[in-house]
Amino acid sequence: MKVLVPVKRVIDYNVKVRVKADQSGVDLANVKMSMNPFDEIGVEEAVRLKEKGKASEVIAVSIGPAQASETIRTALAMGADRGILVKTEGDVEPLAVAKILKAICDAENPGLVITGKQAIDDDSNQTGQMLAALLDWPQATFAHKLELGDGKAGVEREIDGGLQTIEVKLPAVLTTDLRLNEPRYASLPNIMKAKKKPIDEKSPADYGVDTTPRLKVLKVSEPPKRQAGTKVKTMSEFLGKLKEAGVL
Amino acid sequence: MAALVIAEHDNKTLKDATAKTVAAAVQLGAPVHILVAGQGCGAVVDAAAKLAGVEKVLVADDALYARPIAETMAALILSLADRYDTILAPATTSGKNYLPRVAAKLDVPQISEILKVVSADTFERPIYAGNAIQTVQAAAGKKVITVRTTAFKAAASTGSAAIENVAAASDPGTAKFVGETLSKSERPELTSAKIVISGGRGLQSGENFKMLEKVADKLHAAVGASRAAVDAGFVPNDYQVGQTGKVVAPDLYIAVGISGAIQHLAGMKDSKVIAAINKDEEAPIFQIADVGLVADLFKAVPEMEEELSKLGY
Ligand SMILES: Cc1cc2nc3c(=O)[nH]c(=O)nc-3n(C[C@H](O)[C@H](O)[C@H](O)COP(=O)(O)OP(=O)(O)OC[C@H]3O[C@@H](n4cnc5c(N)ncnc54)[C@H](O)[C@@H]3O)c2cc1C
Repeated sequence: MKVLVPVKRVIDYNVKVRVKADQSGVDLANVKMSMNPFDEIGVEEAVRLKEKGKASEVIAVSIGPAQASETIRTALAMGADRGILVKTEGDVEPLAVAKILKAICDAENPGLVITGKQAIDDDSNQTGQMLAALLDWPQATFAHKLELGDGKAGVEREIDGGLQTIEVKLPAVLTTDLRLNEPRYASLPNIMKAKKKPIDEKSPADYGVDTTPRLKVLKVSEPPKRQAGTKVKTMSEFLGKLKEAGVL
Repeated sequence: MAALVIAEHDNKTLKDATAKTVAAAVQLGAPVHILVAGQGCGAVVDAAAKLAGVEKVLVADDALYARPIAETMAALILSLADRYDTILAPATTSGKNYLPRVAAKLDVPQISEILKVVSADTFERPIYAGNAIQTVQAAAGKKVITVRTTAFKAAASTGSAAIENVAAASDPGTAKFVGETLSKSERPELTSAKIVISGGRGLQSGENFKMLEKVADKLHAAVGASRAAVDAGFVPNDYQVGQTGKVVAPDLYIAVGISGAIQHLAGMKDSKVIAAINKDEEAPIFQIADVGLVADLFKAVPEMEEELSKLGY
């Protein structure tokens, strides 16, 4: 069974983003970029399936600028076998990403696609679900634990009230939550090896997908800023201030 | 054309998230209908029919929706989609699960977690953990929207809507519900509590969270946590507040032993008053806290319980 893992290049989670003065977006110049943390969890899960003999091949796909090939290299260094880079310019909305991924699934026939539950840049939380819908496959979002069976998977999911277990028939789309696993760091020999693994370069047109955004971004602005308040020395002062504020 | 809000409930009670989503839907200026999909959910239907601004409640009462999963919910919503030009759900783990499926099948983008209705086709939504706010305008055609419920005030229960039964949609049969382990608590729900007290890695163990629980019980507060506290197994996953956990906006948020990483702030910075207890006076949480106490929590939290008792709590 092949496993497909989409990986997105995003601003590193440690970077404090700055909104551009002209409100056209956030400043991406000279900031550190990394693989979306939820996608790292996806790659780790896929590589573990391969190590357990449950997956035959792990394919990392990125849809993004030329530099997204670095994100694919990271996945290859973690243990993915090959990559597909679908080169795009500008923002690509989740629906267009899902359409490209669908076309790749039609060509590659994976048994499982593992996406992150959300990308930490646009915080949309849609792509995996949209892909499952377009393929008419079942989905197991916010995965906390995966147990692969014969032609099916048992998945424990993180939900608002606690944990939920569902069973999906394969092929299926899984989206990762934080506690599915702890992604490994690639070792130096594996980083070297990854340089020789193949990455196929494609364009959205190869898959017949139009990536023109459907939503018009009118502006990107700063959220209201909070000011630091007062620091107190004792618990009675602390509670006194809260009483003053009318919340106790 | 009307807007359809998908109700969130557990077959017994209608969740507050629904009333808040209705409030957002009403702002679109079109008639609002609610879909209640469940089994034996009469009380939920009654509550939904009372929400101010709702004209009609659609009810799909069927075994298929006793414990709905994304596939069956999406099929049902799609069977009704022709009648609506906007479909909304709360941005809860269930809304986030089924609604993108609906959007994809309708071949429209989903507008996730709106904070504000600017006009019938223009919305504000957070990106980058709420460090930027995007204003987006939808193209003509159907709109599919999830609503950040903390950003809207619940619709009142002063209405009386008509009720219409609708047929269940067919089950694609590719997925099934197996079971659930839900956190049980007498305390208010994290997302609707007036006071939230959250613990972080500084608590050091699950056992130590009992200190926070005692304070929470005095204040009728909910207990939350940082990701670090959940990852370490101190408390269950559903306690996590933040960019990738729950978003809360209580009157008072008390952060104990939490450093204030941007991912955590994303889930609580719209609280009315933020208070923090941390032994490190440089901790970033103090940059946004209205009231900060620089202290060892193992001394401060028991003190807080004592002082609250003295104050009559
Ligand atoms: C993809 C991704 C998603 C994430 N999503 C979330 C999210 O949704 N929510 C979230 O919270 N985090 C999230 N994080 C994690 C986030 O980046 C931080 O790592 C996390 O919030 C830190 O938790 P903490 O403040 O409890 O721990 P730490 O940062 O370790 O802080 C512990 C604090 O406790 C204080 N302390 C220690 N001992 C005491 C004591 N005795 N008395 C008083 N104070 C004490 C310390 O001074 C310190 O400030 C996410 C990270 C990533 C990469």
